[in-house]
Amino acid sequence: MKVDQISIFIENKSGRLAEVTRVIGEAGVNIRALSLADTSDFGILRLIVDKADLARDVLKDKGFTVNKTQVVGVEVPDRPLGLSRILQVLDESRINVEYMYAFVERCGENAVIIFRFDNLEEAIEALTANGINVLPGERISGM
Amino acid sequence: MLWNDEFETLPREAIESLQLKRLRQTLERVNATVPFYRESFRKSGVAPDQLKSLKDLERFPFTLKQDMRDNYPYGLFAAPLEQIVRIHASSGTTGKPTVVGYTRRDIEIWAEVMARSFAAAGAQKSDVIHNAYGYGLFTGGLGAHYGAEKLGASVIPMSGGNTRKQIMIMEDFGSTVLTCTPSYSLFLAETVRELGKDIRNFKLKTGIFGAEPWSEQMRDQIEAALNIKAIDIYGLSEILGPGVAIECVEAQNGLHIWEDHFYPEIIDPQTGDVLADGEKGELVITTLTKEGIPLIRYRTRDITRLIAEPCLCGRTHKRIERLSGRSDDMLIIRGVNVFPSQIESVLINIEEIEPHYLLIVDREENLDTLEVQVEVNERAFSDEIKVLQTLSNRIRGEIKDLLGITCKVRLVEPKTIARSEGKAKRVIDNRPKA
Repeated sequence: MKVDQISIFIENKSGRLAEVTRVIGEAGVNIRALSLADTSDFGILRLIVDKADLARDVLKDKGFTVNKTQVVGVEVPDRPLGLSRILQVLDESRINVEYMYAFVERCGENAVIIFRFDNLEEAIEALTANGINVLPGERISGM
Repeated sequence: MLWNDEFETLPREAIESLQLKRLRQTLERVNATVPFYRESFRKSGVAPDQLKSLKDLERFPFTLKQDMRDNYPYGLFAAPLEQIVRIHASSGTTGKPTVVGYTRRDIEIWAEVMARSFAAAGAQKSDVIHNAYGYGLFTGGLGAHYGAEKLGASVIPMSGGNTRKQIMIMEDFGSTVLTCTPSYSLFLAETVRELGKDIRNFKLKTGIFGAEPWSEQMRDQIEAALNIKAIDIYGLSEILGPGVAIECVEAQNGLHIWEDHFYPEIIDPQTGDVLADGEKGELVITTLTKEGIPLIRYRTRDITRLIAEPCLCGRTHKRIERLSGRSDDMLIIRGVNVFPSQIESVLINIEEIEPHYLLIVDREENLDTLEVQVEVNERAFSDEIKVLQTLSNRIRGEIKDLLGITCKVRLVEPKTIARSEGKAKRVIDNRPKA
């Protein structure tokens, strides 16, 4: 139920983002989803890719600071209040969302949102108990 | 271990009477042979025969680094060039280098005090000394080399640079003692890790580090990273080079200054007044046996204090406390005196960052700014922004607590701060020069 996400420390200077995408691209890694969180000095690039371990290794070899964490991909009905209902479930279960970002591809009629929770297990339990579809990791990285 | 039992344990009265005799000879020598000193003694109304006690030296004028520059290159030499067998020079980052010359006897004495220093650090004949101080105009390489040979150890003249080869030699040749700058030792340790080697398979047991100020916390880090005992050595090319003072392995508490060859004083850097033993101020050294370029009351710009209490190792020579910085390195930021070593002492206790840093001082709208650049390592890195922000806030807070000034902390990618193979460059001051 969990998806591997790699995150990369990026200094706020020109060319760094291009370098990351070049390094993993040349290794044959395909990006499935991404988000960039930034401050004035540095940013954190978070990626869902088809080959997370390979991406991490090639980036480390190039001297990047890389971290692998687990996130959850949730199927969200593509209609008004679709996301709202999911967030309400999480709120009622007192689960904190650290951050979230949308997936590029759709899953059938539904959109996919990546969530980072402080407590992954509880979050998955609360979502599935409320009939919300949490996508298997292989499915996400293979999309 | 004592190298020269007799001289290293001379009773205090004997040291002092030897110092007085040698001081008088040195004053007479420079008065007779160096026009600069003859003139400066005359201006101050002093003469060598007025020195009746060690305390009388206080009346003699100081020698400054600028005096050496003004007399570039050979103006302060007290021996003719046919007696000079070696010339060294300081790096001279600001203008002309300062030049020093050694007679054959100077070289022998240098080897003697350096051999004593090695022995004080626990090195002996059976050791393999890996000398990674630079060989060349810099005094570090050759100074340590001659001392190691005098000791009878096997010396590997590595010089600086070519870090991977250094590590191969260190491992294959079974180096037991490493001599280099403290910052380079950390770079070596980092490279050992990167090469996937286990430091416990090396035979290294002692490191003798000097040529730049380093903190007690940095010592702990070096000792852990290289699995060695790290000993602090002090010297400066103007006075001799390495081997002016060293910590004994027994106490590792202050550096014994070889008082039969160097006469130390501590002064108030503002007024020039001599301070009592134990008080902190600028170290001033007079050479007692040097022939090539004897210096009278040379202002080292190094801040320390003299420890006169006997040491448990049995040596009777006074100690200087580990340096808290050079008055040259001191930055004045918004009116606050800041030594890079103080900031280092904060950074080195934060395990989420690497022990490499750079201070950038600038001026914006007439206000000094300080930026501290530190490298994030994998232990600190998280996919959450707030974790990194907490880290930089913590660093800023600790620096503020220690120095009372607010700085900007910039987290940078690993390995982006230049590693040095000699003296580390820790400060970039972009403020317009007054």
